[in-house]
Amino acid sequence: MGMSENGDDASHQLRVSKIHNGTVIDHVRAGQALNVLAILGIDGGDGESVSVGMNVPSDRLARKDIVKVEGRELSQDEVDVLSLIAPDATINIVREYDVVEKHRVERPDAVSGVLSCPNSGCITTADEPVTSRFEVLKDGVRCGYCGTIVREGIADQIDT
Amino acid sequence: MRQDHLVTSKQLSRADVEAVLDRAAEIDADPGAVADRHAGSLLGLLFFEPSTRTKMSFEAAIKRLGGDTVDMGAVDASSVTKGESLADTVRVAAGYADALVLRHPRQGAATMAGEFVNVPLINAGDGAGHHPSQTLLDLYTIQENAGLDDLTIGIMGDLKYGRTVHSLSYALTNFEADQHFISPESLQLPREVVYDLHLEGATVREHEGYEAILPSLDVLYVTRIQRERFPDENEYQQVAGEYRIDADALEAAEDDLTVMHPLPRVDEIAPDVDDTDHAAYFEQAHNGVPVRMALLDMLLGDGDE
Ligand SMILES: [Zn+2]
Repeated sequence: MGMSENGDDASHQLRVSKIHNGTVIDHVRAGQALNVLAILGIDGGDGESVSVGMNVPSDRLARKDIVKVEGRELSQDEVDVLSLIAPDATINIVREYDVVEKHRVERPDAVSGVLSCPNSGCITTADEPVTSRFEVLKDGVRCGYCGTIVREGIADQIDT
Repeated sequence: MRQDHLVTSKQLSRADVEAVLDRAAEIDADPGAVADRHAGSLLGLLFFEPSTRTKMSFEAAIKRLGGDTVDMGAVDASSVTKGESLADTVRVAAGYADALVLRHPRQGAATMAGEFVNVPLINAGDGAGHHPSQTLLDLYTIQENAGLDDLTIGIMGDLKYGRTVHSLSYALTNFEADQHFISPESLQLPREVVYDLHLEGATVREHEGYEAILPSLDVLYVTRIQRERFPDENEYQQVAGEYRIDADALEAAEDDLTVMHPLPRVDEIAPDVDDTDHAAYFEQAHNGVPVRMALLDMLLGDGDE
């Protein structure tokens, strides 16, 4: 079918290049673009071509960020974590300059092994053979071991 | 995880609680009937923090069922951090015992330990987390003295760090209980706990003093406010003083008010309350044995008969 634009209602305002093959993460909450890159482990060191738009005017959000990554499609795990800090994001998979797939992120019921617990008294922060597990709440995440709820600063808890 | 671990009081339904309390009442009425019921059973005691009382109570319970204990012994704090992992310790202990009792300074320790063992595990306290067997004996005491439905209870003292309080308040959401929380502002219930109580449909009413609510209470559950929660002695004395009760203060209460305390107390309940009909805290401590006997009997099952 082929949507001709790179999946972006404001691309004419954005001096970021269209990508050839890769992913466009659109409708990221303003200010979260760098956290999105952190989640994806993208620091430019592997030579990926990345463009970031910040505080772009948007129909759905007052202001949004947008991230375009050349040569990279996201795994389900990555999308799950992404959903925690960018719940309104849309993922556009681009092949040969066309958007071939476009979907909203869906928040999973739980995430395993991707966040660390901020409670220093939690058993998962001791030296134990245990994988962190967080239940995803409407407005945050909750440690499956100690019950601590994280609402703000979820991106800071991402295991790198 | 096995369904027969007891990790938090949140996992207990009303039917679960009633089953344990009914069994405890049967055992309390005729302890001799179960004296050999679990002969040969071994209960593993893993106490990474000292707790003479809880440990003695579990020991008494298994021995009165005809069983015995294997005890890891005292652990000093430094070896907890440097020694083998808890996951390894519990797996080894599970090979020695038919059920385990775990107390550990870290929150979530029992949840994790339960994932590594194939014998029933009872959480006897995980840091500021949960202590569900204490909750069951509290509920038993409330049932015996005031009844669990149509109950107005005031829970007073250190509500922030007091795990017995958190466990009890979760469990009470299974019943028609009106819960009032009385504490200095700095020691209010953690917001996580309030969140859960709201999730269960409970109304959380917080008070800074007990005077206004005392006359309407059926049960007053007092907990200790610890010195170390305050930056200096003066502030501690001043704050803690407002949450002490004595026989005079209880003049304002209903005659059938039941006063409870998980013990040990320091001075938050004056000795002159002991001689009033309100005092139920020694009975509460005694109830730890039949309630833990009931719990162990149910977790160990009928295998020994
Ligand atoms: Zn935790």
